[in-house]
Amino acid sequence: MQRIIESLSPNEIKIIPYLNNSVDEICEKSELDNTSVLRALEYLHNKKIIELKFEKKKIVEIGVNGSLYRSKGLPERRLLNLLNEKHIISLSEAQKESKLSNDEFKASLGALKKKALIELKNGKISLNANREEISKKSLEETLIESLPLEHNSLSPEQLLALKFLQNRKDILQIKEIKIPKIKITEIGKKVLEAKKDFQERIEQLTPEILKKDSCWKGKKFRRYDILSPLPEISGGKRHFVNQSIDYAKKIWIDMGFKEMSGNLIMSSFWNFDALFTAQDHPVREMQDTFFINKTEELPNKNLVKAVKDSHEKGVAGSKGWEYEWKEELAKKTVLRTHTTCLSAQMLSKIKEKNIPAKFFAIGKCFRNETLDWKHGFEFNQTEGIVIDENANFRHLLGYLKEFARKMGYEKIRFRPAYFPYTEPSLEGDVWDEEKKEWIELIAAGIFRPEVTKPLLGKAIPVLAWGPGFDRMIMKIFGIKDIRDLYKNDLNQIRKMKFWIK
Amino acid sequence: MANIKIPRESFEKDIGKLDEKMQERIALFGTTLEDFDEKEIELEIFPDRPDLLSYSGFKRAFLGFLGKKTGLKKYQINKPEKNYKVIIDSSVKKIRPYTACAIVKKLNLNDEKIKEIIDIQEKLHNTLGRNRKKIAIGIYPLEKIKLPITFQALEPDKILFQPLEEDKEMSGIQILEKHPAGKEYASLLSGKPKFPIFKDAEKNILSMPPIINSHLTGKISNKTKEVFIECSGFDLKILKKCLNIIVTSLAERGGKIYAMELKYKKKITTPNLTPEKRKISLENTNQLLGLNLNEKQLKTLLEKMGYDYSKKIVSIPAWRTDILHEVDLIEDIAIAYGYEKFIPEIPKVATISEENKNEIIKRKIAEILIGLNLLEVSNYHLTNKRDQFQNMGIPKKQEVGYLEIEESKTEYDILRKNLTAYLLKNLSKNIDAEYPQRIFEIGKVFNPEEKEKLSIALAPGNFTEIRQITEYLFRMLDLKIKFKERENFPPYFIEGRVGEINFNNKAIGFLGEIHPKILKNWKIKMPISLLEIDLEEIFKEFD
Repeated sequence: MQRIIESLSPNEIKIIPYLNNSVDEICEKSELDNTSVLRALEYLHNKKIIELKFEKKKIVEIGVNGSLYRSKGLPERRLLNLLNEKHIISLSEAQKESKLSNDEFKASLGALKKKALIELKNGKISLNANREEISKKSLEETLIESLPLEHNSLSPEQLLALKFLQNRKDILQIKEIKIPKIKITEIGKKVLEAKKDFQERIEQLTPEILKKDSCWKGKKFRRYDILSPLPEISGGKRHFVNQSIDYAKKIWIDMGFKEMSGNLIMSSFWNFDALFTAQDHPVREMQDTFFINKTEELPNKNLVKAVKDSHEKGVAGSKGWEYEWKEELAKKTVLRTHTTCLSAQMLSKIKEKNIPAKFFAIGKCFRNETLDWKHGFEFNQTEGIVIDENANFRHLLGYLKEFARKMGYEKIRFRPAYFPYTEPSLEGDVWDEEKKEWIELIAAGIFRPEVTKPLLGKAIPVLAWGPGFDRMIMKIFGIKDIRDLYKNDLNQIRKMKFWIK
Repeated sequence: MANIKIPRESFEKDIGKLDEKMQERIALFGTTLEDFDEKEIELEIFPDRPDLLSYSGFKRAFLGFLGKKTGLKKYQINKPEKNYKVIIDSSVKKIRPYTACAIVKKLNLNDEKIKEIIDIQEKLHNTLGRNRKKIAIGIYPLEKIKLPITFQALEPDKILFQPLEEDKEMSGIQILEKHPAGKEYASLLSGKPKFPIFKDAEKNILSMPPIINSHLTGKISNKTKEVFIECSGFDLKILKKCLNIIVTSLAERGGKIYAMELKYKKKITTPNLTPEKRKISLENTNQLLGLNLNEKQLKTLLEKMGYDYSKKIVSIPAWRTDILHEVDLIEDIAIAYGYEKFIPEIPKVATISEENKNEIIKRKIAEILIGLNLLEVSNYHLTNKRDQFQNMGIPKKQEVGYLEIEESKTEYDILRKNLTAYLLKNLSKNIDAEYPQRIFEIGKVFNPEEKEKLSIALAPGNFTEIRQITEYLFRMLDLKIKFKERENFPPYFIEGRVGEINFNNKAIGFLGEIHPKILKNWKIKMPISLLEIDLEEIFKEFD
């Protein structure tokens, strides 16, 4: 009880004496506006001092056209007045002289005919009513004049008029309003009795109050309702895709990998040829890959020659693809289809003394794809390579297992796969403990000698992998539709939880 | 990638019950189990293994993997009988120079087998054959043709025969223009002075590769017992492999293979199933796989994958197309060993990690902006002309300097030239979300050269706020910038409320208030101020 009293705000205190009145009256007496009164009533309801209920009521109000007709008269009245003068008149003339719009004219004709006040014959209208009938106000007119009215209070005649008018445009509108009903509860009654205890309490602390000790010393603070719901706020943050990318980066950094970066626009040379992808491989068709209307320069001649040889006749004991390799095809520009092209570039740059070495990349890749809930033309890939004379297949599995573990997957399984640039190759699935299912996540292998020999100068094992990253992001953030990753719906971004990893 | 469908009944009879264990074996063999029901099993076959594209081929290899029938499978090739000849006329030299041919007898064809033959033909066309460009395969009922056969090229109007499923004769040109298969593959022949044909000893045309067979002489039925098979194309080696895949898969079905004499300038005989030999080193194998196998184990594993091994030499089946290097054998050894049996290990090799410098700067910029309560957005790199130019008030003649995507499958068909247009698009799509909306993006644009940019948009926003944010950002980066008034500025800004940003005496971007006509284009009802700058200069400064 005392706590309730301590929690009353100034506005609540102001309206408490008038709770037996209607809201309008409370406003008047407390000199508060309607919104403040309603809010204060709401708070009192929350504090169980009153019971606030809203009664729904239907109110018939005048519409935009209706208010115009209220001053100018209904169209049928205007037509009737004209007929009263002319008695008989052609339709076209009637419309012209009555200055009614097409719709209005039609509506008036209908209304007057229904009441048998006019007759239509041979395209002419003639009056069919006596003076009394003409001058008498119609039900509709009476109704319009008496608006607004509560729907429940309408007489049968008024209801009939309402029915006629409702069919016509914007003459009437029926609004549903909520009327607050206040009932003082048992607690409320006690609070009202204790009125004398209402004393001035400190509301929000302000610098002014703090300036003088006397402003606050010995005073009481109004008790706040610390449990009432509040509007949500939101702050600045990274896009959730970039948050996840930062995390994946951290994994690689933790494992001693250096970051590679490079362009999204690549020559086919780096994207395909350097990775021993035959020039007639289906992935090099526009069906699958975005080609751009320009050509790229090729790297130095020795490297180009080495890659050409690797394709045509093979290197390091390989047969190669045994076909004629064409420079023009290598110059075609593409949007990179994988980050593996960055690994190829790195292999061509790295110096002997820096081996063994480990590199990673994370970035956007592209494929010519339609856009639906499952497919997109842009996706994120993360790439890793290990260049080490002594690297082997078990090491490859070791790195991948660790990556998956750090991403939150304890169980991983591997199976054979095929990529033109790795041998052995594998794909890996991770076990989703929540959904109890395997998720395809990893594509990896050891670069073929046909890749490493031309780029690196010698055929040593290079472990390489390139898991797609978007599926993991979608899982983490509970996204079902791939398009939602880049929808940039601010409500979604504001609400999206942080990824605590 | 191609999928094959196998009748479940045959699979369970020939190989074993499709229980969970078997499903796992299938995956660990390197063929993904795509789908299965009571009737059918669907497998995905990787493009390096066209020899698995028929049930017979898959069964041969998989039984080996399971350890049931190991080692190199041998097939008998019977010597050519009288007239088992194909004469290759020099006229095909510049059109479609090679063919590899064979005859297979003792085929008891029923509808299911015919379907399998057509199926493997189609799958080889699509994969190894690169949609018939590289290889076209024809299979003909021997009872309807008279040997020997001639392969030659004729002027298209001199070619006249009744193509498959047509009721009248058509010329070479008519086929390309009117026949469904002709229209589909027209690009492979059109423009050539002559088209290739196979014809028999009675001058009946059998087919016009790579387009279509004859209805009369090129359609097998369940009465067919013996077939003539040809593969035509540009690379004799691959044609021979393709022929080997087909004839051995028919032999698996009980067929008897007969060789044919091919009269090129020099006579050759096909098919030839002599295995290719390749050296394998136990040491290399163990090193690459991280295993410690002995030679006997190596031999067993190779035999499980359908090879023979003797004294460091592997005999490779003549239908394998994917063995280019020792590593290809080593992968098969790994598969036979079992991917599930390898013990993952992280070697103790010390390497020093390092984040890319530009990425650090980008992250710091994002942190600074987040501190100002800005939200990061992330948009596609692809866009379209409407968003990039029309909505931004760029006149038609200034639609230049952009990169176009060839044959995009969506309406996104150019690369974005800036981030600004996307930020306005984001604000336009979010008019129902709560304001203020303060957003930024860091990303690549193509102008046409690839550059990293930063753009910020404030809604509602005015010039003062965006300049304050810009100044704060550069103060935090400890870099000095200058603002300049310019006559030339992007047309989406309001004149007099736009400034150029200079850094190290170079213009790196603009900031200002967006003109109402642009806001109207985007249906935005909130004043917007915006910044877009090039980050490349800033990267250089920290380099």
